[in-house]
Amino acid sequence: MDLEYSTEYQTFRDELREFLREHKHLSPGAIVRRPTEREQPQDGPNPAQRWQQLLIEHGYAARTIPKEYGGYGAEPDPLKNHIIAEEFAKARVRPGHSGDNRLVPTVLELGTEDQKQWLVPPSIRGEMSWCQGYSEPGSGSDLASLTTRAEVDGDDFVINGQKIWTSGAQYADMMFCLVRTEPDAPKHQGISYLVFSMDRPGIEVRPLVTMTGEATFNEVFFTDVRVPKNQIIGKRGEGWFVANTTLKHEREGLGDPNQAENRFREIVELMETEKVDGKPIMSNATHRDRLLQLQGRMLAMKYNGMRVLTSQRKHEEPGLPRWIIKLQGCELNHQMAAMAIDSLGELGTLYHRSDHMRAGGMWQQRFMMDLGLIIGGGTAQIQKNMIGERALGLPKEPKIEEKSA
Amino acid sequence: MDFALSEEQQYLQQTVMDLLADSCSLDVVRADASENQTKNSDLFASLAQLGIQGTLISEDYGGVGLRLIDAALIAEALGSCVATVPFIGNSVIAPLAIDLAGSDEQKNNWLPRLASGEITCGIALGEHVGARDNDPITREKDTISGVAMFALEVQDADIFLVATNEGELHIVESQNVHVNPLFSIDKTRSIGELTLEGTPSDHLAHCTDPSDVLARVVDAGRVAIAADTLGASQTMLNKAVEYAGERQQFNRVIGSFQAVKHMCAEMAAELEPCRSLVWYAAHAYDTIAQEARLTACHAKAHLAEVGRFVARKATEVHGGMGFTDLLGLHYWFKRVELNRQLLGTPEFVRNIAAEVQGWT
Ligand SMILES: Cc1cc2nc3c(=O)[nH]c(=O)nc-3n(C[C@H](O)[C@H](O)[C@H](O)COP(=O)(O)OP(=O)(O)OC[C@H]3O[C@@H](n4cnc5c(N)ncnc54)[C@H](O)[C@@H]3O)c2cc1C
Repeated sequence: MDLEYSTEYQTFRDELREFLREHKHLSPGAIVRRPTEREQPQDGPNPAQRWQQLLIEHGYAARTIPKEYGGYGAEPDPLKNHIIAEEFAKARVRPGHSGDNRLVPTVLELGTEDQKQWLVPPSIRGEMSWCQGYSEPGSGSDLASLTTRAEVDGDDFVINGQKIWTSGAQYADMMFCLVRTEPDAPKHQGISYLVFSMDRPGIEVRPLVTMTGEATFNEVFFTDVRVPKNQIIGKRGEGWFVANTTLKHEREGLGDPNQAENRFREIVELMETEKVDGKPIMSNATHRDRLLQLQGRMLAMKYNGMRVLTSQRKHEEPGLPRWIIKLQGCELNHQMAAMAIDSLGELGTLYHRSDHMRAGGMWQQRFMMDLGLIIGGGTAQIQKNMIGERALGLPKEPKIEEKSA
Repeated sequence: MDFALSEEQQYLQQTVMDLLADSCSLDVVRADASENQTKNSDLFASLAQLGIQGTLISEDYGGVGLRLIDAALIAEALGSCVATVPFIGNSVIAPLAIDLAGSDEQKNNWLPRLASGEITCGIALGEHVGARDNDPITREKDTISGVAMFALEVQDADIFLVATNEGELHIVESQNVHVNPLFSIDKTRSIGELTLEGTPSDHLAHCTDPSDVLARVVDAGRVAIAADTLGASQTMLNKAVEYAGERQQFNRVIGSFQAVKHMCAEMAAELEPCRSLVWYAAHAYDTIAQEARLTACHAKAHLAEVGRFVARKATEVHGGMGFTDLLGLHYWFKRVELNRQLLGTPEFVRNIAAEVQGWT
């Protein structure tokens, strides 16, 4: 056990800090979405894209993506990734991205050379944005039961059906999408993974308002949408396995301990500055004890993250410590938001740009958004199934089909 | 950056686990418990052969000179088998206190005998952590008097490490102390009330700030208790998962019922990060002074909470069998419960964590 960083990493961190000090002012605010093509100014990249480009040049974004696809081309090094995430979080500067942490790794792993050239460079420059077309009204947790069809007609797939809960579909340039191409095959073997532009005729996007009051996700309808046959990633009928590559990358992103630590610091600030009866909330022993319980959990998750990181550096399978991150991390974030709201009392309920609203209504926003994240990306119950079955080796439930047979 | 156990550490823990598998089976624990025996002399002697009692004692005094992280791994192993031997007081707190506050002569006098297992030391720090309304422990010249309400590892102890209410540390010989055994739910550790009346004491005064030493050895004790709870909870989880994979009801293995599977998953999800927390707290004690107290308190408090959760859920997974004496699961349950209260309840130690951060 040695928590010191060797000179190489210490230097890396120092340089990054220096970079952030020098360039922080160029970083765009917390823009949640990228502008649509229509909004896009014609005269070159927008501030977010310029920031991303600067980060790529310095190796702080798209770090391990090969140079030939527009990345920085460094060897994978989980520790450097960790340092980058940590320092950006500490400095509260918007980090860069790798195009799309679900799509880009999948294309790099399973795409053809042409597909890599076509999709990766613009994605990491922030010029091609993505949405994920997986869930359907009848297929959520049981994703493999999806029924949106794609039939071959000449050189095209022709798609008919509907997706739902598609985050960002109203702004995205492209979709990666699961469709059924082999209706007669067993359910996991009849699926294909297609990528296509959201501008194709026959795609209709209807925003769905979430509990936060914003339309962050959508319904997407397909009517005879034609997609060239070469826009399939992986082989026909293997889409389920391609998608699982993506899901793995997505799960790892949810429940990030750096985010939890930042959030914790914000609550401490809040409790030290907000006053009730002239006394800071921190002086209330009951609230404070709750804060400390959260700190204990937060620290446990932070050190758990260090353990996962150490395994990854040694190319070992982290096992249980990794399986639990999505479940525990999202729950912790949700509980921290709840704690912040409770220490504010009535003020914690203010929203809709109300007078006296604290932190721009951020805590309510997070409290609700985090519940969404507990559900999205594999619900908490599905996470528990996976921990039980894959990490602890407990038996699966008997299948209904087997019972009736 | 390497946050993992070294090969030596894994080997150390495995060696202790192997020894315990041979000589500290549930039958042994059960037999000891029925006789109120909390220092199994065979087991104590086998551990001494491995040098376990001298883990934290330097080689100059006949020990092995390891660090708290190593002691925590041993405590975890002992907790996992609810071992009926003293360790947290005898081999963690006492040696550290003597090392930090004893003169060369005192070290020479006590440490080699503790390291070899020739003598054992109980600890009475309760009056300092939170005094009850018994007579305070005070010093007069070379003697101390008063009542220590909740001394740990008292059975067959040859000496006791006693903290006065002022925070001084003393060693007294058990022949000069009246020990009134108390009986907690946990029959694998012994506790007792010590009455001292002008008892001659060996004052550990070779330090600039005795209360600082006391606070520091309490940190170490808290980490060791957290590690003991980690081990005990892990065993309970393992037993629950094993049982859930075997026991059948409604023509199904009960682990295939989600209600049961999810209890197991929740236990695992809660407990696994605790391992990292205990490692980190022990490592901080050894090498990151400014984080030591904070993380020791958090390890102690968080393990107390998660330990209680796991102990309860694992019992539930076993159904009626979990509630019986037959299966013996209750020994782990009770160990976790006693640990929760020792050296400060979760609420109490979280408050210290708040103080350390300037929040009180
Ligand atoms: C904020 C947010 C963003 C999202 N973004 C996207 C996106 O961009 N693209 C996309 O494709 N999808 C997206 N989703 C959809 C998300 O993946 C699904 O909501 C999720 O997988 C659950 O499916 P469902 O909503 O159909 O719920 P259901 O599967 O119907 O679940 C309902 C309840 O039943 C439980 N349940 C279901 N099956 C089991 C089981 N086997 N065992 C135990 N309990 C079970 C669930 O845990 C849940 O409590 C998003 C969802 C949210 C909330």
